[in-house]
Amino acid sequence: MCLMKSGICEMATTSISIAETPLVALMLERADDALILGHRLSEWTGHAPMLEEELALANMGLDLIGQARELYTMAGIAEGCGHDEDQLAYLRDARQYRNLLLVEQPNGDFATTIARQFLYIAFADPWWRSTMASSHPTLAAIAAKAEKETAYHLRHSSEWLIRLGDGTEESHARAQAAIDALWPYTGELFEPGNPDLIAQRVCPDPPTMRVAWNRTVDAILAEATLTRPSADGILRGGRAGRHTEHLGHILTDLQYLQRSFPGATW
Amino acid sequence: MYTQGLNNHDATANDTSANSERFQARIDAEERIEANDWMPKAYRRLLIRQISQHAHSEIVGMLPEGNWITRAPSLRRKAALLAKVQDEGGHGLYLYAAAETLGVSREELVDQLLAGRAKYSSIFNYPTLSWADIGVIGWLVDGAAIMNQIPLCRCSNGPYARAMIRVCKEESFHQRQGYEITLTLARGTAEQKAMAQDALDRFWWPCLMMFGPPDSDSQHSDISIQWKVKRFSNDALRQKFVDATVPQAHLIGLEIPDPALRFDEATGHWVYGQIDWDEFRQVLAGDGPCNRDRLAARRKAHADGQWVREAAMAYAEKRRARPAKLAA
Repeated sequence: MCLMKSGICEMATTSISIAETPLVALMLERADDALILGHRLSEWTGHAPMLEEELALANMGLDLIGQARELYTMAGIAEGCGHDEDQLAYLRDARQYRNLLLVEQPNGDFATTIARQFLYIAFADPWWRSTMASSHPTLAAIAAKAEKETAYHLRHSSEWLIRLGDGTEESHARAQAAIDALWPYTGELFEPGNPDLIAQRVCPDPPTMRVAWNRTVDAILAEATLTRPSADGILRGGRAGRHTEHLGHILTDLQYLQRSFPGATW
Repeated sequence: MYTQGLNNHDATANDTSANSERFQARIDAEERIEANDWMPKAYRRLLIRQISQHAHSEIVGMLPEGNWITRAPSLRRKAALLAKVQDEGGHGLYLYAAAETLGVSREELVDQLLAGRAKYSSIFNYPTLSWADIGVIGWLVDGAAIMNQIPLCRCSNGPYARAMIRVCKEESFHQRQGYEITLTLARGTAEQKAMAQDALDRFWWPCLMMFGPPDSDSQHSDISIQWKVKRFSNDALRQKFVDATVPQAHLIGLEIPDPALRFDEATGHWVYGQIDWDEFRQVLAGDGPCNRDRLAARRKAHADGQWVREAAMAYAEKRRARPAKLAA
C-alpha cells in the first residue's frame, strides 16, 4: 500500500519520493551501503595491481551489488509504491541516499581500498550473521546469503591488510595512512538503529556490534603491525543523507543513462 | 582474430629430423601435444605468441567494456557487465597459465605487452562511446571471437585447447547477452535505436578486420594449419561470421553499414564490400584511436601495483622465515 498522499508518486523524469517507514529506511541504508561500495570496487576493473585481484575485487563488487538488488526489491515491496530496484538506485538524489560515509570514500591506492573494505566488513559480517535470526523472513533470507559473502570479504581484506602492513616499508606506510584517513568514518557504523525494529527483532542494534568489530580490528591491525588510531570516529551524516562531496560524483556516473533517457527500458 | 598480428611462416616447417616427423605424425593422428612432450622450437614459439596475444587481448579488452560498468543503465546490466569483464580477466589468467606450460612466465609476457613488443586484437583499440557499444561488442566482438575459438578447442596443443573449451562456453553466453542488449535498444525508443545503429556502424568493419588479413595476402602454406593450431583460413571464418550475423541484424531491424552487401543465391553466402585494410594496418601498427590510451592504462595499472606485488612477496618471504609463529 502506497503511503504517499498522491496516487502518482512522481514523474519518471525526476527523483522519486520515498515513503520512508523505519523498515524501508533500514532496507535502503543497507542497500545503499552495498551498492555504493560495490560501485567503488567495480571502478577497479582493468586497473588492479594483479590479475588475481582483478577477479577478487570484481567478485566482491558483484556480491555487494547482488545484496543491494535484493534489498532494494525488498524496500520497494515494503514501501508499497511500486518502486523497483532500479528506480530506488537510479532515481534518488544524493540527499536521499542513506549509505555510510565510509563506503563512498574514493578507492585511493590499493591500501585505501583494502582498508575501507576491511573496516566496513568487520562490521557488516557480524551484523549480517546476527540478522540471520531476524523476525522478518525475507531479511533473514538475505542475511543468510550475505553472511557467506561477507565472511569471504572479511578473510580477503584481512589477509591483504596483514600483507600490506607487514610487507615492505612502503606498503606499511600506505596501509597505516589508509587506516588513519578512514578511521574518522568508522564511528558511523555504530549509529543506533530504530528502536521499534530492534524491539521487534527485525535486526540487531548496530552499537551491539562494537565488541565484535573491536575484536576483529584489534587482532588484524596487531598482526599487520599497524597502529589503531586513538581518536573516535566522529564523522557521520550518511544515514541522514548528509554525505561527503564524493557521493554526488558517484551518482552522476551511476545514474547518467537513467537520467538522460527518462522512462526508457534497458 | 585475437592473434591476428601473427605471421605464421617459419622455416622450421621443413625440419626433417626424426623428432619432427614423429611430431607431425602425432598431429596428423589428432593427438594432443602436452607440456612435457617433444615439440619443434618453432611450434613452441608459435604457440607462445598466439596464446599470449590471446591473453593480452582478454586483458586489454577489459578496458573498453570496463569503461561502462559505472554507467550501466540498470542494476541487472551493471552486474552482468561486471561479471562479463571479470570473465575476460579469468580468460586472461587461464591463457597466461596455458602459455606458462610452454616455458615462459606470465611476467615476461606482461613485460612484452607493456613494452609494446606484443600484439593484441585491433578491435580493442576502438573507443566505447555509448551504452550500445556494450551490446554490440558482446554480440559482434564476442561473436567473432567464438567463430575463431570454437575450432581452437580442437587445437593440437592440449593446454590451449582445454582452456578454449571453457572460454568458448563463457564467450557464447556473452554473445547472447550482447545481442539481447542490442535487441532491447533496437526495440526501445527512437534514441535507443539510433544508439544501437550508431554502434553497429562503428564496430562492423573493425569486427570484420578481427579475422586478420585476407587469404590472398598469404601466398605460402600456413604452418599453423599444418600443425593444427589453426583449422580454417581467415576469409573462411570471416565469411562464416558475416553469414551468421547479417540475418541477426536484420531480425532486430538494424542495417549493416555496407552498401555492397548482398545475398548470393548461388553460393548461399552474403557477399560483403571492400574492407579498409589501410585502417587495419594503421591500428595494428599502433595508430588506432585508442592504442595509446590502452597501453597507457595497462602500464599505469602495472606501475601502480608494483608496491603491492612487492609487499606480497616480502610478506611471503617473512612468513617462510617464521613458520612457527604463523602456524599458531
